Amino acid sequence: MAEKKFEKGRMVPVPSHSIIPERDLGKTPILECTHLGIDFGGLKAVDDFTLTIGRTEIAGLIGPNGAGKTTVFNLLTKVYHPTRGTILLDGIDTAGKSTIQINRMGIARTFQNIRLFSNLSVEDNVKIGLHNQEKYSTLSAVLRLPAYWKKEKAAHEKALELLSIFDMQDMAGYKAGSLPYGAQRRLEIVRALATDPKLLLLDEPAAGMNPSETAELMENIAKIRDTFQIAILLIEHDMNLVMGICEGICVLNFGQIIAKGTAEDIQNDPQVIEAYLGKRKEAAPC
Amino acid sequence: MTFFLSCLISGISLGSVYAIIALGYTMVYGIAKMLNFAHGDVIMVGGYVCYCALNYLGLPSLVSVLLAMAACTALGILIEGLAYKPLRQAGSLAVLITAIGVSYFLQNAAQLIWGATPKTFTSVVHIELPQTLTNVGVSSEALVTVLVCVVIMVGLTLFINKSKLGKAMRACSEDKGAAQLMGINVNRTISVTFAIGSALAAVAGVLLCSSFPILQPTTGSMPGIKAFTAAVFGGIGSIPGAFLGGILLGIIESLAKGYISTDLANAIVFAVLIVVLLVRPAGLLGKYVPEKV
Repeated sequence: MAEKKFEKGRMVPVPSHSIIPERDLGKTPILECTHLGIDFGGLKAVDDFTLTIGRTEIAGLIGPNGAGKTTVFNLLTKVYHPTRGTILLDGIDTAGKSTIQINRMGIARTFQNIRLFSNLSVEDNVKIGLHNQEKYSTLSAVLRLPAYWKKEKAAHEKALELLSIFDMQDMAGYKAGSLPYGAQRRLEIVRALATDPKLLLLDEPAAGMNPSETAELMENIAKIRDTFQIAILLIEHDMNLVMGICEGICVLNFGQIIAKGTAEDIQNDPQVIEAYLGKRKEAAPC
Repeated sequence: MTFFLSCLISGISLGSVYAIIALGYTMVYGIAKMLNFAHGDVIMVGGYVCYCALNYLGLPSLVSVLLAMAACTALGILIEGLAYKPLRQAGSLAVLITAIGVSYFLQNAAQLIWGATPKTFTSVVHIELPQTLTNVGVSSEALVTVLVCVVIMVGLTLFINKSKLGKAMRACSEDKGAAQLMGINVNRTISVTFAIGSALAAVAGVLLCSSFPILQPTTGSMPGIKAFTAAVFGGIGSIPGAFLGGILLGIIESLAKGYISTDLANAIVFAVLIVVLLVRPAGLLGKYVPEKV
């Protein structure tokens, strides 16, 4: 069992612990959720969610509509506080932490429906993400003191560098709201990256993209992981993307994990097939 | 012609005060999406603090003004923390009613502390203007008011557009949830907005009382309402809009007082507001954004 070679996806530069236990032994995982659960009244929106994500793993979270995938993201970022269970980020318990603290601890996310600051320029959107790292006093910004120029120049260069991942540096001056849809989705990823995360959560990054855009996105996701050496957890309905890029996949249905493993494992799992396609009728009468 | 000019000048000066107050309204509205009707009464408190510092403590003018600003900043943060912060998740109507409540509270507290008898405010401006200027009706107060307003306007624009706190403010005004997930402390940003708005209110209070030297607990309410009108007039949430709205409102009021009737001036001001809102529902510089259904 331990000999099983991992085939899907790219080679990971740094060994890490992952959904697939055979890989990356001996390294602490970036994210460990144990028996995580949240109730909304009587509804167990997520229950007994146990998942480990390795340091540089690209993991997928899939499941039918309403399975609780976005709820998991909201739990991880503390938009909702879990009713049960623990979340360890880089070995540190996140109980009682606020959304802001979680962001500073190293989780950044994008949204299913784009939530850019549409009246701000593309560059300013990225700079909002850089916010935590920029250090200069407000007074020096108003009086335009040298400290401001220096930091602002650094932030400007950093923003352009991040934008260049997606070849968007030429769009820096545009209003975010005026960008085409695909570019807005990419900008959301750049903005999240600007907060210097260890774990990047992407909520349906390929939603509304055409096949060629999706293919490009897949390359870019892999590139981000390789460049920044971070873990990525993504929710996606586009199975080509999920199966093509995710090294580990977790399938959620009615708030519970029904399968974990590689793309191959998932595709052959009877429970997953049932969740997506329904139960096979025994010898249908004709 | 001289009469028109002097009306225009006093209008611009009055308008500058409205503009400074309106900036506070519009900033708070832009970020917290609430109408802080207690804003007008913060002006009054600013006036009283400056009055006390000048008359009882015998401090120099500039120090008194700074003291008033500091007191109002603290008051603004206190009001936001005690009255509005607990209602962050509540409906806008609850917040609005609370704001009106805070407004009455401040007026009555002022009456309790300083009494209802009007006090005569001594101007904080001590500049001798050349004869040529005073002949056309330029008072030193008017000149200082306009200058201060321009400085505030430029400073605030730079702050909002260039500093990282300003960017955080704009981000919060668009999407608080997303801003929080990008590591922006939304509560602190809102507090800072209140602090800035209240400090500006103190400046406005001192300038207002320097030009019209009668100080009583209700001093702030009419300028407060007018400045709110100015903010709506220019497009609430827009900083240049508040500036433009304030100046225009001041000029309209002053000209109406000079040429039509002193008693009807306020009615005319509000009538103009109604007409503008009929033609441009989002105000002069506001953007009309249809609500998504």
